[in-house]
Amino acid sequence: MKEKNLTKGKVAGVIANLVIVNVDGPVSQNEICYILLEKVKLMAEVIKVFEKKAFIQVFESTRGLRVGTDVEFTQGMLEVTLGPGILSRNYDGLQHDLNKMEGVFLQRGDYTSALDHEKKWGFKPLAKAGDVVAAGDWLGEVDENGQPHKIMVPFKFLGKYKVKSVIGDGDYTVDETVAVLTDGRGQEVAVTMVQKWPVKVPIKNYRNKPRPFKLLETGVRTMDTLNPIVEGGTGFIPGPFGSGKTVLQHAISKQAEADIVVVAACGERANEVVEIFAEFPEIDDPRTGRKLMERTTIIANTSNMPVAAREASVYTAMTLAEYYRAMGLRILLLADSTSRWAQALREMSNRMEELPGPDAFPMDLPAIISNFYSRAGFVYLNNGHSGSITFIGTVSPAGGNLKEPVTESTKKAARCFYALSQQRADSKRYPAIDPIDSYSKYIEYPELQDYLRDNVDVKWVDNVNLIKNILIRGKEASEQINILGDDGVPVDYHVDFWKSEVIDFVILQQDAFDPIDRASPIHRQKYMLDKVLEVYNTPFSFNSFEEVNPYFKRVINEFKQMNYSEYESDGFKKHEKELNNIIDERKTA
Amino acid sequence: METKAFQKIYTKITQITKATCSLNAEGVGYEELASVNGRLAQVVKIQGDNVTLQIFGGTEGVPSNAEVTFFGRPPVLKVSEDLAGRFFNSFGLPIDGGPEVEGEEREIGGPSVNPVRRDQPSELIATGIAGIDLNNTLVTGQKIPFFADPDQPFNQVMAMVALRAKADKIILGGMGLTNDDYLYFKNVFDNAGALDRIVSFVNTTEDPPVERLLVPDMALTAAEYFAVDKNENVLVLLTDMTLYADALSIVSNRMDQIPSKDSMPGSLYSDLAKIYEKAVQFPAGGSITIIAVTTLSGGDITHAIPDNTGYITEGQLFLRRDTDIGKVIVDPFRSLSRLKQLVIGKKTREDHPQVMNTAVRLYADAANARTKLENGFDLTDYDERTLKFAREYSEKLLAIDVNIDTETMIKTGWDLFAAYFRPEEVGIREEYVEKYWPNNE
Ligand SMILES: Nc1ncnc2c1ncn2[C@@H]1O[C@H](COP(=O)(O)OP(=O)(O)OP(=O)(O)O)[C@@H](O)[C@H]1O
Ligand SMILES: [Mg+2]
Repeated sequence: MKEKNLTKGKVAGVIANLVIVNVDGPVSQNEICYILLEKVKLMAEVIKVFEKKAFIQVFESTRGLRVGTDVEFTQGMLEVTLGPGILSRNYDGLQHDLNKMEGVFLQRGDYTSALDHEKKWGFKPLAKAGDVVAAGDWLGEVDENGQPHKIMVPFKFLGKYKVKSVIGDGDYTVDETVAVLTDGRGQEVAVTMVQKWPVKVPIKNYRNKPRPFKLLETGVRTMDTLNPIVEGGTGFIPGPFGSGKTVLQHAISKQAEADIVVVAACGERANEVVEIFAEFPEIDDPRTGRKLMERTTIIANTSNMPVAAREASVYTAMTLAEYYRAMGLRILLLADSTSRWAQALREMSNRMEELPGPDAFPMDLPAIISNFYSRAGFVYLNNGHSGSITFIGTVSPAGGNLKEPVTESTKKAARCFYALSQQRADSKRYPAIDPIDSYSKYIEYPELQDYLRDNVDVKWVDNVNLIKNILIRGKEASEQINILGDDGVPVDYHVDFWKSEVIDFVILQQDAFDPIDRASPIHRQKYMLDKVLEVYNTPFSFNSFEEVNPYFKRVINEFKQMNYSEYESDGFKKHEKELNNIIDERKTA
Repeated sequence: METKAFQKIYTKITQITKATCSLNAEGVGYEELASVNGRLAQVVKIQGDNVTLQIFGGTEGVPSNAEVTFFGRPPVLKVSEDLAGRFFNSFGLPIDGGPEVEGEEREIGGPSVNPVRRDQPSELIATGIAGIDLNNTLVTGQKIPFFADPDQPFNQVMAMVALRAKADKIILGGMGLTNDDYLYFKNVFDNAGALDRIVSFVNTTEDPPVERLLVPDMALTAAEYFAVDKNENVLVLLTDMTLYADALSIVSNRMDQIPSKDSMPGSLYSDLAKIYEKAVQFPAGGSITIIAVTTLSGGDITHAIPDNTGYITEGQLFLRRDTDIGKVIVDPFRSLSRLKQLVIGKKTREDHPQVMNTAVRLYADAANARTKLENGFDLTDYDERTLKFAREYSEKLLAIDVNIDTETMIKTGWDLFAAYFRPEEVGIREEYVEKYWPNNE
């Protein structure tokens, strides 16, 4: 790098991870700087400038920091390094490779490189001399753990370029020049497999972003059947502690139909990240014949890691997802928990003594959240290929009360709402997604409805609506029974209630830890929906309400045994037959 | 604590509040330890040459010309095998009349473990209490609090769990402990002949509340020494974390921070997480397990302290008096061990998860039946059976005085199912029903 005239400064104040620096030159908002503390450099970001003072948030503990310590500004914003070798890595919130760090404990200033600079990648050219290209266009391809990783014209390149040369098939490291481009003024620029991009700026090298329309299968019945999310869609999962947000997100990450999974563990438990480290390398990925970990990247900023890097971690994760989307891949991005990120913002705004908004969160929280969600989406690239980022975040509302700023702001930004209910979690009705309060806006999209009719069943959308009505009717019936007593209502009420219980036990409830029940492909979900509706449509006769409960318990039991059995296996068929017998017992002719 | 020779003495304090004082001083490091007229203090804010100190013992009687000296380092604990069997105050100074411990000085509140250097917890901790082992199995490396009203016997249950847990070391961090409870712990550990594997850091109700802020970090620095350097399994008991959080709010309110919910500091989540996340399983075999107590006021778990705790810990154990049997039980509804799935059905019998879930579901049915009864409605035959089941389940499995092995707990579960229900009413996977349903009906 050329010597630039970089601004320098000296520490003038320390309040936890907020540091005030007297500067001798220009600084810009979000500029990265380093505090030169004895033997280590601590990375920090400018978050406010006032006269000759820069307020910086330090991504590390500031213990021992003294007034007068030197600070160096870099003129750059927080950037990620993009190139082959990101998949299967475990990064901290600033994209430092956790595995490359020394020792058991995280040491301040131990900034490891994001990519492997020694490894050689098998490169195949996709562009040829004479092609006119622009930022994001594909120049070549390497195989990254079975995924076609495109080497692109760096996103920072403005305008049109002419390809002068592209290197031939062969094995190269990420730092070798793979192409030479000529810009409008005839200047030649070399392109390697590596480029950098500032995390707070969306990567927008695509032609257009239509409304998403393709079902994203997650294998979770209560999502796919009742409130589906789509490729390129957004959703969020609010719920009190222990209601199943993380288990649900992990289930989605293991099963969803995506090419790449990016998990941002943002201010949550280290053991939950360790669970991913332990499990993902063991899980077979049927699509690639490899292990799930090979197409997964984890950004870990657990709750005991520096708070300021929490905010960065979600942006880091989003930018990595955007990079892979530009290759025409389908990315699933998960963040657990976006509330921790909002809290990190609150801590800083508090230390800077800014005017607080509701619950002491910063005033611009709704805008920050909606900007972030808007970076997800289904896109058509300039070359006509498509790519998508489906984003699902969790929200941890204080006291489990959904009337709080993070939930309310997210509700405006995300299109699917998966509300976890304390009551369902307490009665172990997992996943605890409330079927009545939750919604997917996508199911109202004619594009998705057409897709479901063509790909699942012509009656699908109608059946799903019917199921929702049955659930509501069941709830009303149960309220009546509770008020008037078992024998104070007609027997039909009991039947209505138990028919809704069948849906609850068979479709809504799903054991995330059972090897078979944990994932249900859409054709299996269609079968179950049809079968449950068959029960619903059957007229039954009961002499008294006392016969209703035991009868439906048996119905549910057979259904559950089916859920636990391999689809269409002998065991499955046996219980199906038994179920049919039970139905016939009470069927009125 | 010793001080450095030739250090500068400051005598001009510019501001004094209930928990802090400020003065002009140079070359001071953030979080550095200081002494104000002999009282220990720590740097919490530096603005130019103005330094704010949090005085652990409170500021009562501190004069504006008090002598202030800086130690040039944050608080430390000297660690060695000699810690075992000893009782210390919040500053790590002996309170048992014994000599000061010699050993390597370690900064307390040190850095976090790199997540990739952790191992997944997988060793079950058997306590004999079925409300824990059967329904909410604990695992080494876990962090879990008791959520309890102040009048419940949480310290007794915690001491019992600690002694049965077969840990190499038990580290007690007492915050605002009454003198009686302090003596209780001392006695129980003594009677069990376990004193030599116990280290205690105790702040009692007689000590200044702000001192408590050091207790968890002291306890966990000792724990890290035994778990990392000695590869031991360490169990850390922290009681009462609500009093710790109260001390946090005292300091932050004195520093004019905008309080968030329930007048707690906005950083409460991060502050508590830094403590609880010290729970860890190391690949080399050492581990730190944290069992804490969070007292509730009026059973309200939506208060900021239990709420933030619940978002951090790996489950929680609720104690409740079951008036039916007149005993304290581990409440199966609100209690949860999130790490149980790492061991149940794997380190225990295969049917453990299903037996556990089914029993809790039937117990919930009983609760519904009880509501019906209270509302004056007739009960069905099924309702009657669930009530009978619930009583026996509570007595034989949930009560905290139960002490049996896990296999017996599972068998007891099946016996109770068979006594009151038919196989199709319990909805357990058929292969288990065939294998384990008691056949002498
Ligand atoms: N689908 C499921 N099947 C079985 N058990 C579940 C399921 N979902 C959640 N659980 C149980 O609930 C516990 C808590 O779930 P989880 O850790 O996902 O909660 P959370 O909402 O992420 O809580 P927090 O906000 O504290 O992180 C799990 O450890 C598990 O015991
Ligand atoms: Mg969670």
